[in-house]
Amino acid sequence: MQNLVEVKNLKKSYGLKEAVKGISFKIKDDEILGLLGPNGSGKTTTIGMMLGLLKPSNGEIIIDGKKIEDNRIEILKKINFISPYIELPKKLTVKQNLIVYGKLYSVSDIKKRIEYLSEKLRLGDLLNKITGELSSGQKNRVSLAKALINKPKVLLLDEPTASLDPEIGDFVRTFLEDYKKEMKISILLASHNMNEVTRLCKSTLMMKDGVIIDSGSPEELISKHGRQNLEEVFLKLTREKNEFN
Amino acid sequence: MSLIRIYGLFLRHFFLITRSFPRILDLIYWPSIQITLWGFISNFFASHSSYYNNAVGVILTCAILYDFLFRTSIGFNMLFLEEIWSRNFTNLFIAPMKISEIITSLVITALIRALIGLIPAIILTSPLFGISILDLGIYLFFLFLSLYIFGITLGILVSSGLLRFGPSFENIAWSTMFLLAPFGCIYYPIETLPEIFQKIAYALPLVYIFEEARNILINSSVNLENLYTALKLNTVYLLLAITLFYYSFSVARKKGTLINIGE
Repeated sequence: MQNLVEVKNLKKSYGLKEAVKGISFKIKDDEILGLLGPNGSGKTTTIGMMLGLLKPSNGEIIIDGKKIEDNRIEILKKINFISPYIELPKKLTVKQNLIVYGKLYSVSDIKKRIEYLSEKLRLGDLLNKITGELSSGQKNRVSLAKALINKPKVLLLDEPTASLDPEIGDFVRTFLEDYKKEMKISILLASHNMNEVTRLCKSTLMMKDGVIIDSGSPEELISKHGRQNLEEVFLKLTREKNEFN
Repeated sequence: MSLIRIYGLFLRHFFLITRSFPRILDLIYWPSIQITLWGFISNFFASHSSYYNNAVGVILTCAILYDFLFRTSIGFNMLFLEEIWSRNFTNLFIAPMKISEIITSLVITALIRALIGLIPAIILTSPLFGISILDLGIYLFFLFLSLYIFGITLGILVSSGLLRFGPSFENIAWSTMFLLAPFGCIYYPIETLPEIFQKIAYALPLVYIFEEARNILINSSVNLENLYTALKLNTVYLLLAITLFYYSFSVARKKGTLINIGE
């Protein structure tokens, strides 16, 4: 397997405050990498740099063989993002939103793509509804459809199942597993739901205070730290004094 | 530049406007009210002022021109603010759109929004006051063009501020046109201003546009120098505004505004 994403010595400072302190990692083709860490550990900043929303203070991000700083638009065509903290225009219908984003991503056959995503994400009955009037579970599925409208090679997920009920959360996880299997895409999953990470990710990175403090598969981390599950590993690592500082 | 992406962003706002009757009404309502109000004021002045005695439509025409400028500028800002208010800003900036495509799309959409308001207002003036802005002839096109460019320039400048400073810059977005209006000499000749304000006014294209509109209507003559100076100044300001927008985008990427803008 090749590395679709390579992050090398990535740093981000805001004045004297260092949010990300020289992290490096890779995401292989057809892999879901879990990005874990407490609030303020640098996960969102890292994702922001991968999306070209933030300019790194140092280091580089290579996606599909190209540096994002030199090929921002070209790379943005191949990636997409979902987060509960950003929304689609509320006054537009679901279909109108998907058409708009289909155009913005220059999708060749938007109608066909919307039909495909509607079927996979059970959006058929929602297409003509106003986006702002949907429940959070429905909005989440619509956001997922928007994030997949351009058939991304790399999908960045920031807490994709936060605030969802267990049934919808399970639907989203199952969908992501199936979609990854079908399309062979790479996914970076930032999540606070340790069961979700254990289920979806073959490898994980644990961040704290802007550095990667540990990495490995969920099973390796559980065994290495002598804990029962990933949540206990998370608590152990995040409560320890950070020896990297 | 991709026409599809430009069209895509235009569609996002077109869908929004056409879905909501109050939004369409809002676009038409204010220009029409403004024109009606100023129509009556200008009728009054026409019978009480020797300056306007032979040109009943001067104030009304200037009101329409000013409103077009106002709508274009506010329209551009509104398109940008809509993205912030709907928390869609991040989605827009992670889409593969070049800055030039974003600006082009918003410029076209702002023009269409302004025209939706302007056309009913122009139609209203004829039956209500027996005045037609079309009396300005072919030069009307150049006056509108100049106002449109300046309106867009102000819109881009304010949007640069929104990019750099986030929603806290929103109040500036609303006040720009009111701050500049006195220097624009929209309803009075530049000589009315104190000398120091005249210097500021001469650095803006507005004074040349409105002086020329009055010149055409009152003296029935055309001073092309005014139109030329306005276009020249507009070009300089527009280029500066676009440069500032690119700079603000770059600073926003360094400061992290693009990530936190909706919060």
